[in-house]
Amino acid sequence: MSKDVYVLMEQRDGELAKVGVELIGEATKLAGDLGQQVVAVLLGSGIKDKAEKCIHYGANKVIIVDDPALAEYLTEPYADAVTAVIEKYQPEIFLFGASSIGRDLAPRVSARIHTGLTADCTGLDIDPETKLLRMTRPAFGGNIMATILCKDYRPQMATVRPGVMQALAKDKARTGEIEELKVEFKAPLVKIREVVKNEHKTVDITEAKYLVSGGRGIGSPEFFNELQKLADVLGGEISSSRANVDAGWIDKSRQVGQTGKTVRPDLYMACGISGAIQHVAGMEGSEYIIAINKNDTAPIFDLADIGIVGDVKVIIPKLTEAVAKAKAAKNAE
Amino acid sequence: MKIVVCIKQVPDTTEVKLDPKTNTLIRDGVPSIINPDDKAGIETALQLKEKLNDGSTVTIVSMGPPQADVALREALAMGADEAYLLSDRAFGGSDTYATSTIIAAALKKIGYDLVITGRQAIDGDTAQVGPQIAEHIGIPQVSYAEEIVSIDNEKVVVKRQFEDRYHILELPLPCLITALAELAEPRYMSVRGIYDAYREKEVKVLGFEDLKELFNPEYIGLKGSPTNVYKSFTKQAKGAGTKYADVSADEAVKIIVDKLEERHII
Repeated sequence: MSKDVYVLMEQRDGELAKVGVELIGEATKLAGDLGQQVVAVLLGSGIKDKAEKCIHYGANKVIIVDDPALAEYLTEPYADAVTAVIEKYQPEIFLFGASSIGRDLAPRVSARIHTGLTADCTGLDIDPETKLLRMTRPAFGGNIMATILCKDYRPQMATVRPGVMQALAKDKARTGEIEELKVEFKAPLVKIREVVKNEHKTVDITEAKYLVSGGRGIGSPEFFNELQKLADVLGGEISSSRANVDAGWIDKSRQVGQTGKTVRPDLYMACGISGAIQHVAGMEGSEYIIAINKNDTAPIFDLADIGIVGDVKVIIPKLTEAVAKAKAAKNAE
Repeated sequence: MKIVVCIKQVPDTTEVKLDPKTNTLIRDGVPSIINPDDKAGIETALQLKEKLNDGSTVTIVSMGPPQADVALREALAMGADEAYLLSDRAFGGSDTYATSTIIAAALKKIGYDLVITGRQAIDGDTAQVGPQIAEHIGIPQVSYAEEIVSIDNEKVVVKRQFEDRYHILELPLPCLITALAELAEPRYMSVRGIYDAYREKEVKVLGFEDLKELFNPEYIGLKGSPTNVYKSFTKQAKGAGTKYADVSADEAVKIIVDKLEERHII
């Protein structure tokens, strides 16, 4: 009998990725509805000390495969390790982050063990009657949402979009079981010749509390400097719609939307962004949305909490100045 | 070297409709294109062929309805040597697992040294079929390939992008690469190419009968798909707030600052 909700804990250089922690949060909800447990699967090399952390974030149990073969991500040893876990423990559900690792690994595993896999889910729940996992995902650039079932094969597998699910608050009082699994690895066919970490300061826009985001309406790459000034006084980061990334004005890592990242900051300032559905798919979960756009029929106004019809090029520098002044006044109080 | 590129014909629009009975997408009447990532894959294959310049060939494979012939002709017109259309009623309704099972069977029949697929299709956005094909035929894969650094008859060296780093990976042939649109800017069809694609070259059709020995017939089509669509729906938009259409820049700034203060952002 298959049971329990398993999640893959992604780590890089021994640091747990946020998406895994989010998956534990979501798995806790699903496991509650099933009356089952949350099991975190931790793969890597020299990562045993991270198991406690998985438990603090809500996992009931942690399965560790700790092996030098898993130091850097490679499809073959990672697929072997996940397959070994599935074969031994027979999970009911297995969730992966829809990251560049999860979306490489999960399809390989699903094909090997012959089960269904649903890509890039933004919603998961348990059908109260059948107890099946309902996996909801956008398709056609976010125009359509589809709910997918995997009735006859186990585990029910899904990759889940980073930034969508809620992590639980860390609680050091939580306790759980830790188990180590030994896996025999073959020498991989693919060799890593070089690992190069991105030189520019890597900013994860999904972690930012406030985002100042530029669309086509900002008119020039230089205007990102103005947006950066505003982001700096707010204590946030800048992000972008797809057009500016495609034009080479800003790094792809800052792209919000269907083919970029999903963000849910406390404040999303859409500057000169029209609000194409593909963009909206990546930011509609934002707590508070302010949109500035010249075109008063821009679809972004349909979801903005505050919409300003006006020229970002005039408003933003004034706004930066006003925010800086307001902050200075607060500090002086 | 035999380079095989797997492509998908996709609707060139965001105007999609649903069949309320089957909950599947109605593709009729919507203009179709070669999926952009796949087109970059075709271009990459053609560039590799030119670079190798040793009699290497480019073969295109697509699964789809008979209309997908147009996409294969376009690939031929770009310069591909041969094209196969995997088309049969029995293949209809396949999910990614079943689709990859069928394509894997075709690859076994056709032969391959290097397989290239696009990263993901703009209609389904799953990015699953490439890695699943690689698993079914038992060859290594590298997905999200950003650059092909070098290639010879034994191995290919690829730059693979992750969120915070990239890897330079060496893969032995045969292997499978999933291409990002950034991998190569597709060329246009030449007039001569278009002529050849329709007059000199053919699109070979492979159906269930041609492939049945090479896959488990229970693992294909709607019935053989592990996943199925339970329901589909269009998304509800988040409600609009307050829109200010006739305010000066200074007034706009004041409105925003007041709100930011109210929400304790500043």
